[in-house]
Order: sequence, then C-alpha cells, then structure tokens
Amino acid sequence: MRQLIFAFCIGLFPFAANAVEPDEMLADPVLEQRAREISKDLRCVVCQNQDIDSSNAGVARDLRLLVRERLVTGDSDAEVIEYIRARYGDYVLLKPPLEPATYALWFAPIAFVLIGVFVGGGVLMSRRKQEAFEDLGAEDENTVSEILRQNEAGDAS
Amino acid sequence: MKRLIAGLPFIAAVIFGGFFLWGLNPDRDPNEIPSVLISQPAPAFDLDPVPGLETPGLARSDLVGNERPVVVNVFASWCVPCRAEHAVLTRFVEREGMRLFGINYKDKPEDAVKWLNDLGNPYERIGSDLSGRTGIEWGLSGVPETFIVDGDGTVLFRYVGPVVGPDAVERFTQALKQAGALPKGAAS
Repeated sequence: MRQLIFAFCIGLFPFAANAVEPDEMLADPVLEQRAREISKDLRCVVCQNQDIDSSNAGVARDLRLLVRERLVTGDSDAEVIEYIRARYGDYVLLKPPLEPATYALWFAPIAFVLIGVFVGGGVLMSRRKQEAFEDLGAEDENTVSEILRQNEAGDAS
Repeated sequence: MKRLIAGLPFIAAVIFGGFFLWGLNPDRDPNEIPSVLISQPAPAFDLDPVPGLETPGLARSDLVGNERPVVVNVFASWCVPCRAEHAVLTRFVEREGMRLFGINYKDKPEDAVKWLNDLGNPYERIGSDLSGRTGIEWGLSGVPETFIVDGDGTVLFRYVGPVVGPDAVERFTQALKQAGALPKGAAS
C-alpha cells in the first residue's frame, strides 16, 4: 500500500512541473507573487497562446527575469507592464487595452446582445399584439372575404 | 421592420463571408507580430565585442550618423537558419555594398568565433548580447531577425526569421532599396 501511494505521488510530479524555475524566483514572497500575477498577463512572443508564466521559451524566461528585476528596483505593476509593452507592443498583453482601436472588440459583444434582445423582443411583442385582435373591422373583413372568394374561384377552375 | 429582420441573415452572411475572404489571403501570416519599433528610434544599447574576435563591439551610436541606412542582424551560432542566412547577408555585403552590423545573441564567445571563422565574417561590428537583454530592447522574438536603421537612428524595417529563399530576399531587397541602404550604381 505504501508503495502504491509513493508511486502515485511520483506520478504527480509532472503536473507540478512549472515553467518558473527555482533560480528565477525572488526571495521576497510578496514580490514573487506580484511577479507571477504580472507574468500571467503577458503573452509569450514565441508560443503565442501562452502567458510567459507558463512558457518554457527562452525569451519568456528572459522576460520573467526582467519583470522580477523591475519589481526589485521598485517599479509598480503597471510600470513593469508598460516597460515591456513599450518594447513588444500591445500584442504582448493578453488582455487588450481599452482604446479607440479596440472599441469594437470590447463593445461588439454587448452590442450584439442588445441587438438580439431588441429584435427578439420586438418580434415577440408584435406577435402578442396580433393575438389580441379579435375583430378585424369591416374593411379588413371585406378584403378577407374577397380574397377567400377569389381563392375558391381559382381552386374550382 | 419585417423586411429588416428578413435581411439580417444576408447581412450576417456578407460580414462573415468578408471576414473569411480576408482570412484566406495567402500572404496573411496570423503568427506575425506587429513591430512597435518601425518608425521609432532604435533602442539604446552598448554591447562589448565578442571575446576572441577582432571585430569591435556595437552600440547605438554606431548606427547613427552613417551616410546610408545600415542593417542590424541578430544571429547566433546555435541558430540553424542563421547559417543559411549568413550566405545571403554576405552576398548583400560583398556584391551590393550593404553595411552590416551584428548582435550575437546569447552565444558562447568561442562558438561564435568558430562559426565566423568557418563561414566568414561579413559584419563590420558585432556586439555580444550574452544576457539577451539587448534582444528584449529590440523586441526580439527569436533569431535571426534583421533590422534596417536610418542614419538618424530610426528603425525603418524589421524582418523576422531568416532572409532565405526568393520571396524573402525579394522583400528584403525592396526594403533596402526603399530605405536607400544600397549605394547607387552597385552591381545588382
């Protein structure tokens, strides 16, 4: 039994493996935590769908070290991110900034939902209104009977 | 109102169709990262020469004040595509009169020296970027990368990956000509 548990624990090792290597980590746990959080918002420029926190690429490692270095010199989180953004552009941010060029990206989903609610609601409302009619009124009644008569005449021929 | 709703699928089809058409363009590279450096001043850096090499080191001041725009190539001996690109760059230097500077990226000096001794050294100056920090200043995503820098220190062009193959060479030649980085009357 003990051997089984041991084997299970060994089996878990690969999942515990992390891109952040021990020699990169800062001694100060608060700073290290901030570095981890910042790294999760920065895109690796080599493996482009990964954040640098989980990427094993060389450049990602360099950027992680850079983030920590800036933190140690007393930069705020925003300053660190701005430093890297100045070199790699908006592309390096996993969360795109809110600016005129990205308005469509940020507001299109809301706009589509609103359009959907508006159109769908409009259709439902107009349908409900039609059900409320009981009397067509004299003029419409005449039109309908006229059409029906024409249809019957058409069927007969 | 009804007519508007009836037209919605058509509008949606046009929008999506247009998007797909745009995506089908074979020249579009979805992996391409827009460079922030273009039309921006080249980053400040000052790199020591590669130990064991007679070629002097490279700093930003070497890139400015030149008569013609110059080319900065980031390379490494461990980078296989760089080897292929080396021949192309050498040809540009020897036949077209292009001025070439190098940044030796995260390379062991002895490997770099051996590599350049084997293949020849077309670089006027080579800075050794052991830490990769200058690479980050340039917004590097990998090696090789090649930049054209204007006489006032403005980055005019960036090529990611090796300048190898007819298409790449053609693009690079166009960029060189547009920048005026080749001397007039060069054999080409």
